[in-house]
Amino acid sequence: MTWRCGIAVFPGTWSERDCAHWVELAGGAPVMLWHAERELKGVDLVILPGGFAHGDYLRTGAIARFAPLMAAVRDHALAGGPVLGICNGFQILCEAQLLPGALLRNSSLQFRCQPTHLRVEVSRGPLLSGLEAGEVLQMPISHGEGRYYAPPEQLRELEAEGQVALRYCGPSGELDDRHNPNGSLLHIAGVMNREGNVLGMMPHPERACEPILGSEDGLHLLRAAVAVLGPR
Amino acid sequence: MTAGMATPSQSQLRELALTEEEYHHAVRQLGRVPNQLELGMLGALWSEHCSYKTSRRLLSQLSSQAPQVVVGPGENAGVVDLGEGLLCCFKIESHNHPSAIEPVQGAATGVGGILRDVFAMGARPVALLDALRFGELGDAAQRHRFAKVVAGVGHYGNCIGVPTVGGETYFDAAYQGNCLVNAMCVGLVTAPRLLHAVARGVGNPVLLVGADTGRDGIHGATFASVQLDEGAEERRPAVQVGNPFLEKCLMEACLELAGSSALLGLQDCGAAGLTSSCAEMARRGGVGIRLDLDNVARRELGMTPYEVMLSESQERMVLVVERGRVEEVRAVFDRWELRSDVVGEVIAPEELQITAEGEMVAQLPLRVLVDGFLPRRPRSSRPPRVERERGAAALTGALPWTLEETWLRLLASPNCADTSWIYRQYDHQVGDDTVVLPGWDAAVVRLRGREDGLAITVDGAHRSSLLDPRRGAQLAVAEAVRNLACLGARPLALTNCLNFGDPDREEVMWQLEEAVAGMADACRQLALPVVSGNVSLYNDLSGASIPPTPVVGVVGLVDDIRRLPGPGFAAAGDLVYLVGAETAGLGGSELQRLLGGRVLGPPPELDLELEGRASAAVRQLVCEGVARSAHDCSLGGLAVALAECCVAGGLGAVVRLREGPIPADGVHDLLFGEGSGRFLLSVEQGGAGRVEEVCASRGVPCSRLGEVGGDRVEIRGVAGIPLAAASAARREGIAGPMAGPVL
Repeated sequence: MTWRCGIAVFPGTWSERDCAHWVELAGGAPVMLWHAERELKGVDLVILPGGFAHGDYLRTGAIARFAPLMAAVRDHALAGGPVLGICNGFQILCEAQLLPGALLRNSSLQFRCQPTHLRVEVSRGPLLSGLEAGEVLQMPISHGEGRYYAPPEQLRELEAEGQVALRYCGPSGELDDRHNPNGSLLHIAGVMNREGNVLGMMPHPERACEPILGSEDGLHLLRAAVAVLGPR
Repeated sequence: MTAGMATPSQSQLRELALTEEEYHHAVRQLGRVPNQLELGMLGALWSEHCSYKTSRRLLSQLSSQAPQVVVGPGENAGVVDLGEGLLCCFKIESHNHPSAIEPVQGAATGVGGILRDVFAMGARPVALLDALRFGELGDAAQRHRFAKVVAGVGHYGNCIGVPTVGGETYFDAAYQGNCLVNAMCVGLVTAPRLLHAVARGVGNPVLLVGADTGRDGIHGATFASVQLDEGAEERRPAVQVGNPFLEKCLMEACLELAGSSALLGLQDCGAAGLTSSCAEMARRGGVGIRLDLDNVARRELGMTPYEVMLSESQERMVLVVERGRVEEVRAVFDRWELRSDVVGEVIAPEELQITAEGEMVAQLPLRVLVDGFLPRRPRSSRPPRVERERGAAALTGALPWTLEETWLRLLASPNCADTSWIYRQYDHQVGDDTVVLPGWDAAVVRLRGREDGLAITVDGAHRSSLLDPRRGAQLAVAEAVRNLACLGARPLALTNCLNFGDPDREEVMWQLEEAVAGMADACRQLALPVVSGNVSLYNDLSGASIPPTPVVGVVGLVDDIRRLPGPGFAAAGDLVYLVGAETAGLGGSELQRLLGGRVLGPPPELDLELEGRASAAVRQLVCEGVARSAHDCSLGGLAVALAECCVAGGLGAVVRLREGPIPADGVHDLLFGEGSGRFLLSVEQGGAGRVEEVCASRGVPCSRLGEVGGDRVEIRGVAGIPLAAASAARREGIAGPMAGPVL
């Protein structure tokens, strides 16, 4: 049986169709989950996609975290179910305190849509253990508020616990400011919770799912995750 | 009903953009004196912006006749058939005045407006493009305006989730007072879901959905139809404020309803608000509409019927729904948490009836309101100055720099430079369909489930238009066709935005007449139907008009998106060819702008027949996979185009432009001269024969210039620059000045 992937849709979400396309290419069945619903319809994995949920008014993700659907997402996450937040989805997961830290306005004070390279920092949890630490992936970013921030002691803890999942880097994995597109602390592009089942990332793997789009690394990421999640 | 008013004063009429003659014309047609609300409605719909009273007779020269055209001008957007039941819907529109005054919101609502025009047809927007003009970036105020306009375009498109896939931006001191902000939107719809902006069926309810109605944007249409003046800043309240989040929900709800038989007609509430949307829907359907303003949800208390009818609050749509099915339609808007109200109904008399608090407050026959305006025919004349300027020498004296320095300065001109400073602020990839990203000749958006894709470009010509507006408009069309040919695309149809000054100036009227005639001519010769468009006049500040700026957006089809050429030279050893016209000149060129002089000299040559043949040859070579790269030679001439191909491919090149010695007085024309119909192609060594064969069979000149390779851009015996220097120059053209302080 095909694995089922839930894709949350809030008013203002815009990458749900891109995510569905990506999931289908990876061999899964996308299931749209409307923000006002309270059930996850038995999906194996939940994706919170990119967009401007509720217009990102007040603060990115600040309103979306109160959606009825988010209570179900929380239960799923706390029970160890895999959850992936992309871009706005990452912001929502931080607001919902399912992930540590916050995403602030880019240091350029401008929106940025450009290709980036990412270094996989840890090979653990259902979403990343199919990849190898040190592996470099290529996928684009598209955000105005993606500068990862956490207080110094929390950053130390994240490093110690292996929660820093992805960092912006150069084509061969080098870490420097030139390759950090938004001023994220420690070049952080993605983090996971302590257990490793909740992952948030600013770059868009669903936009890197075919050679004609410039990269297939996003597809690679999803397929590796599904392989770890196991056959149904 | 409120009694008619005494003859209004001149200043009252000016506020409504009506002349005394127009007022009397209204009285004559109505057989009575209109009241103030009616006069306001007439002023809005008779404004240039809504009625095209000055340009309409000219625009009839533009033909929309072609087998692929499904809907021509007159609806919210033009529609062409892509085959297999899929339709493409597109339009370009200006938001110049609002952007000059409040650049972020002006630009943002320009994008919001053009998106609504497209989804009003039931089409899902799949691409946005912009055409922008500003003064020189050396001026902090211009940097500010540019930065804010880009932020505004980005804000709306990024938030709503429609990719901004391309555009063009020029900086020229002539736009110091009036920036231009033109936005184009392209959407897709399957044939059965295509909607029309029409009211049908007496007794059917009329709904207003989306945002509440506020006092913002009152007189926006009339504001767009007069010159800006030094006090323009005070007009800021006439600029609307956009809410892209609301529009995103509105778009999704409307698209959900597009397939439903309950929805009979859909129209965007744009310029002149409820007045124009209801009047136009009813006019198209040969019916009338009665509106009850008590049912219009307001954003603020105490709004008068006048304010409600003329409000240009954004993110509103008007629907005509089949009687008895209102609840099923409202359920969709409820789900998207959007306001929807029944505000009126379709009536048999062909008039717009407005009631408030149980009383009829306005009653205007549509034949007067929509069609009763007085066509204007301002005098036009070609100023003798134009002849003198055309006849003058394009460049006088020696260049102040060496050829190499000049070349690098041209590459570092913001008009030739790398535009990533702009497009990296635009989400150009959402939708997963952008297969050729911004920054090259044209963008390509794929069509799901098909092998072909849409190629889209916007182009304008203003410096050549100053010398010869007819030629300038032709050049804009030709450049768009060339840009598509570089991706191997066949052009399908064109949308235009005519940005001009005050038509009551004889010279401006002449420019407009000439430009429309030139565009009609070029479109006819290149077999391009014109399916939609927009006219923006009165782009003046304190008596100075902008240069005539015809902008065109062209949509074409690429047969096979897997065979797209790259954006630059592909491999060392490949051969470089120049295909097409052989002449180029410096009149109105970028080099002339760089030297800071006036626009002088003969305008660029254009042979439309050769243009068509050259584009066809390049298209064929790209589609056959022979051309590994193709690039149009435009601003900055052959030298700049060559360097651009090198920089984009990360490879140098060595070429020879002419056998034998080059006369000293011809070298500037040869390197930096601009002309139409020229392409730079690169092909594998083995492809040489095919290039020559295809060009010969189509009667297109072509010459082998040299080879790709090395780390220099070298024109043998003339000039050479290091590839790294060329890259750096291009990179800094916009990003460099924008690192400087803004206001």
